[in-house]
Amino acid sequence: MAIGIKDKVAIIGMGCTRFGELWDKNAEDLIVDAFVECLEDAGIEKKEIQAAWWGCHFDQINYGKAAVPLSTTLKLPFIPVTRVENWCATGTEALRGACYAVGSGAYDIVLALGAEKLKDTGYAGLPGGGNLSQLNAMIRPNYTAPAGFALMATNYMAKYKISFAELKRALAHISVKSHANGFLNPKAHLRLPLTEEEVVNAPMVAWPLGLYDCCGVSDGAAAAIVTTPEIARSLKKDFVMVKAIQISVTSGEEERYNRWDGSYVMTSTQAAKWAYQEAGIRNPRKELSLMELHDCFSITELSTCEDLGISPRGKAMKDIMDGFFDLDGKLPAQTDGGLKCFGHPIGASGLRMLYEIYNQLLGRAGKRQLINPRLGLTHNLGGLPSGSVSSVAIFGREER
Amino acid sequence: MVGIISYGGYIPRYRLSRKMIFKAMGWFNPGTATHAQGEKAVANFDEDSITMATSAAIDSLKGMDRSKMEGLYFASTTMPYKERLNAGIIATALNLPATVRSSDFDHALKAGTTALISAVETVEAGRAKRMLVCAADSRLGKMGTVQEMIFGDGAAAFVVGDVDVIAEFKGSFSLSYDFVDHYRGEMSKYDRTWEERWIRDEGIHKFIPEAIEGLLKKYALKLSDFEKILYPCPFAAEHKKIAKELGLGVEKNQRTMVDEIGDTGTAHPLIMLIKALEDAKPEQKILLVSFGNGCDAIFFEVTEKINGLKPRKGVRGHLEEKREMTSYEKYLVFRGLGLADMGLRSEEDIWTRWSFLWRNRKTIFGLVGNRCMKCGTPHYPPQRICINPDCGAIDQMEEYTFADKKGYIFNYTGDMLAASFDPPAIHGQIDFEGGGRYWFDFTDCNLDNLKVGLPVEMSLRKRYYDNRRDIHGYFWKAIPGKASD
Repeated sequence: MAIGIKDKVAIIGMGCTRFGELWDKNAEDLIVDAFVECLEDAGIEKKEIQAAWWGCHFDQINYGKAAVPLSTTLKLPFIPVTRVENWCATGTEALRGACYAVGSGAYDIVLALGAEKLKDTGYAGLPGGGNLSQLNAMIRPNYTAPAGFALMATNYMAKYKISFAELKRALAHISVKSHANGFLNPKAHLRLPLTEEEVVNAPMVAWPLGLYDCCGVSDGAAAAIVTTPEIARSLKKDFVMVKAIQISVTSGEEERYNRWDGSYVMTSTQAAKWAYQEAGIRNPRKELSLMELHDCFSITELSTCEDLGISPRGKAMKDIMDGFFDLDGKLPAQTDGGLKCFGHPIGASGLRMLYEIYNQLLGRAGKRQLINPRLGLTHNLGGLPSGSVSSVAIFGREER
Repeated sequence: MVGIISYGGYIPRYRLSRKMIFKAMGWFNPGTATHAQGEKAVANFDEDSITMATSAAIDSLKGMDRSKMEGLYFASTTMPYKERLNAGIIATALNLPATVRSSDFDHALKAGTTALISAVETVEAGRAKRMLVCAADSRLGKMGTVQEMIFGDGAAAFVVGDVDVIAEFKGSFSLSYDFVDHYRGEMSKYDRTWEERWIRDEGIHKFIPEAIEGLLKKYALKLSDFEKILYPCPFAAEHKKIAKELGLGVEKNQRTMVDEIGDTGTAHPLIMLIKALEDAKPEQKILLVSFGNGCDAIFFEVTEKINGLKPRKGVRGHLEEKREMTSYEKYLVFRGLGLADMGLRSEEDIWTRWSFLWRNRKTIFGLVGNRCMKCGTPHYPPQRICINPDCGAIDQMEEYTFADKKGYIFNYTGDMLAASFDPPAIHGQIDFEGGGRYWFDFTDCNLDNLKVGLPVEMSLRKRYYDNRRDIHGYFWKAIPGKASD
């Protein structure tokens, strides 16, 4: 019987560009920048890479389809390269492919790289159109991403009988915390501290979510090189072990079947259960050291704290207001600033989160460094609460 | 006995005050001051003649078996398509059987009454048992014109048959004159009109009495035989003058409603007829006249069956739901008379793929889903594998219509980022009574008054206009109940 990926794969190198409105960078520059840092960190040569996984979501903007954008940009010598796309879990999906390739024994050293160059659309928010099935293009309402998540906020308020003002206050704490962390991070896009007043009073984007309830939109890329634990040990001392990578994909139930109550995310809940099982975690609230959650919107971070079993259902607001997830809290979340401050170049985000976990576990997180973290979690939520793809991955230092 | 067996009305929710129009455009054309009284009904940005006619038809079909319908005639001078049967879109939206005889009646303001007479004759000839007739118009007047003051938007629908007749068709008399009070050439969006005095004195003033007298003579009747006499006339003074000359008392001469809803074109005489039927009593005789390149005069007698007609919104119910159009500028943007910048996001192409639409015509235009015959779970859009995780039956589905189902707001938001003629774009998931859930745009509502759990009704609306290919796309939206605005 399958036992999962735990302790079968090691991450020996990582790279991540600065995220932001990189007006002077082409899409290909992002790939090269992330790769160069990653290769240098791993301490290997390009020719040692035997296979690669490439993640990019909006192929209609800049990169185009297939795996060729990665292979030709990096001049990879005719090795197998696979392109993956799975909404906002794309970066983690690339890592998953690379880890499975090593874990299966098919390859020794594999690259996972995700990138997105979003800021060539000419407008705010994610690009629209061209991204739906023909039927959905005909029948879906006129919506954008923040609105899709705002729907969950109305369900959350209705279910727990929370007023608009109470919810806004808790959501504001989430964004203020992330901006405080992002302010300390030179690679973050948005580096300005915010007050709760500023967040609460920001213009409405999709009721009840205001401007500062929404993450930025940025260009960026991140990469990881993975190998077997044996090779990792032979190469270096500082590497990180993969403890779990799980993905859950909707069956369509939330959108079409009258059972889901709208106040949480089914796929995140499922992926977390499987990931804890794979990693052997019994009490995530106590055992995890830090989390990089998919805070595309503040309401998403709130519900994710419950979906991952950290806070009981309906109680995340209390933990949030108590500072449980702050940098000096019991279980810090978004220590690098999160999607809130990094923005969300879709294909890169999962690997960007891992970059923070990796640096924290190896004691390289600078002003944001936590004391002796053991286990870190990354979470991605693609699509919308009413129909999503979620990934939960867990990483740790090797127990010696 | 052949005649009307059911009726349905539709007046769009918004009213534009003519004083507001005059305040905005009086500087440009002070002569419109004489029309600056009352208000006119204005279609929402997502409405046109097809959607309004569909709404009126739905109202007229309350409690009726749609599979028995044998024909659909649609009358309008503002058909969204010059070629492509507009009635065909309505028939699909109503999920009528493919065996209906359908046709568009257009090109003159009397097309609505002509369609009604044709449907009656089809049934009289024994070629059909049940026919649906609908008429709608949404005419545009350029800024600062009398047309802008007068034109209103609305629709009416009748089911014609030979059983359970509420108003028997007793006869008609028609006139055809190539009297060009206004016209619209093939390439034009707006009417060109001739002098108002000539239209009044040489047209309306002569043809309407001629049509009435023709009908009376044809059937050897007197005006005093009629309880109600209805004829549309956009000019209030002229309407009164004709009544006076015919010797009609106020009680017989029915109000034109131009001051309330404007002149709704082909639909107008039919809307007046519905208004008259709403408080008509058995045995009353009604005389209806239309005007536009001639006249049709029609003679009805109300029957006992009118007392048993199922409740519906009709014209009265829609008039009660009116809301003020808060600014003239908003009206200009809604009707495409003013060019608001919708931003780059609005430039994303929506591809209409006809072969796809044909396969999915019921799903998209009819809001038809399916229901699992094993566990009873309804699905929208239709599924081959049951969504119920405890069932999962494969290919055991039956057709299931959502268009006529009541729903409840499951969640909602107002989206400021989405390109919209009326930001924020309001949408949310709807839970249907009897099961089924999907995510829809909301329309005719105000974000501030929405709540989880409020009831909604479904309404066919214009979903998009592809200006590169001149395609009007349609889909269904949710209208939150009265409590929401």
